[in-house]
Amino acid sequence: MKTITLSDAVAMIPAGATLMIGGFMGVGTPEPVVDELVQQQKGDLTVIANDTAAPGIGIGKLITAKLLRRVIVSHIGLNPETQQQMLAGELQVDLVPQGTLAERIRAGGFGLGGILTATGVGTIAAEGKQTVAVGGRDYLLEPALRADFALVHAFIADYLGNLQYALTARNFNPVMAMAAETVVVQAENIVPVGVIAPDHVMTPAPVVDYLVAKG
Amino acid sequence: MNAQTLIAQRIAQELRDGMLVNLGIGIPTLVANFVPKGMHVFFQSENGLIGTGPVADPGMALPWLTDAGGKPVTALPGASTFDSAMSFGLIRGGHLDLTVLGGLQVDQHGRLANWMVPGKMVPGMGGAMDLVAGAKRVIVAMQHTAKGRPKIVRECSLPLTSDRPVDLVVTELAVIGFSEGRATLLETMDGVTVEEVVAATEADLALAPELSQKGGAKPVPESAPTAAVGETV
Repeated sequence: MKTITLSDAVAMIPAGATLMIGGFMGVGTPEPVVDELVQQQKGDLTVIANDTAAPGIGIGKLITAKLLRRVIVSHIGLNPETQQQMLAGELQVDLVPQGTLAERIRAGGFGLGGILTATGVGTIAAEGKQTVAVGGRDYLLEPALRADFALVHAFIADYLGNLQYALTARNFNPVMAMAAETVVVQAENIVPVGVIAPDHVMTPAPVVDYLVAKG
Repeated sequence: MNAQTLIAQRIAQELRDGMLVNLGIGIPTLVANFVPKGMHVFFQSENGLIGTGPVADPGMALPWLTDAGGKPVTALPGASTFDSAMSFGLIRGGHLDLTVLGGLQVDQHGRLANWMVPGKMVPGMGGAMDLVAGAKRVIVAMQHTAKGRPKIVRECSLPLTSDRPVDLVVTELAVIGFSEGRATLLETMDGVTVEEVVAATEADLALAPELSQKGGAKPVPESAPTAAVGETV
């Protein structure tokens, strides 16, 4: 794990990259990293996330700045700009059931090719998907998801990169931290090694590549 | 009493001590206000919380403790938090006893459409498809009609949320079940006749033999079909 400045962290990300960004309606999103993406005008991005938040919040800022080519999300209902860009043909929106999205990301980080889920069977979410019967029940084959970068928000990081998340700000962050080539973490608190007890580490240090230094 | 309160109060009667329950937004959220005294129910927010408490007092909100709409809430003693994979493992894995969701349409077999109106409203399914596919029991809380048009229909014109039938639909007029694979009128609300329910419903309604009228103020009029198992109105 290396520490890195905010601007250097975002400078690593090329235009056109695929990013996983933690957060649920902006809660648990690494907001300073999102702001820096806008600052550096990194465009043509694909974002995998739970939702596109709302204008002015989290991933909503990337939508407003028109930096995204494609989003893979479960919900866009609280961001009218996402819907406008989708209808105008400026943004590809792939809607995925939330539990399926979490599991596809988990599979990507856990070395699995995909998962089988009954969610979406018999709906338009099943279109183009392979159905697999197991024990007499139909499941959809949902492929694993991975990204070039995971942009993760933690409540506490220690100097080695062990992470702890806070309450509902955890959401997609731990599964995303496993599923990208490069994992960048922005933490609310950076503490000495040992402050997080081994049993309380939620993401172990070796999966973290970069910890964003406080400005 | 307004329709929303009536619906929420009736659904609260379905709660049992120790249940894990997920409430959707809108009318379903109101169900939490009517948990019977002395009963302990675990409420889940799918963003990663069991033990969701009321909105925080002024100045006490924490930005990392929110409901599934992103609004600051509190956590009750005994609460637990977890990531999204765990949250949906609880939902799909047979651990969630009950989910209460809003509805746009329900067909005569109990299949729900509640997540999009093509060309008009495409918010995304969020957790709805997982909740309907995975919860042990699914209750739909909705008004019986929308702008005078029935919402309990023969066939949904809107995209389905799941092919798994829901267990119960509770409206301001009636309680309708689907245990036999068909819409069955189980209860009418206070002062509502069977005829009124039938008139406001497009799907064929069977009448439960034990069909009860809440409060029993008005008997079923003689002109209404008599209740018979499996009989279709």
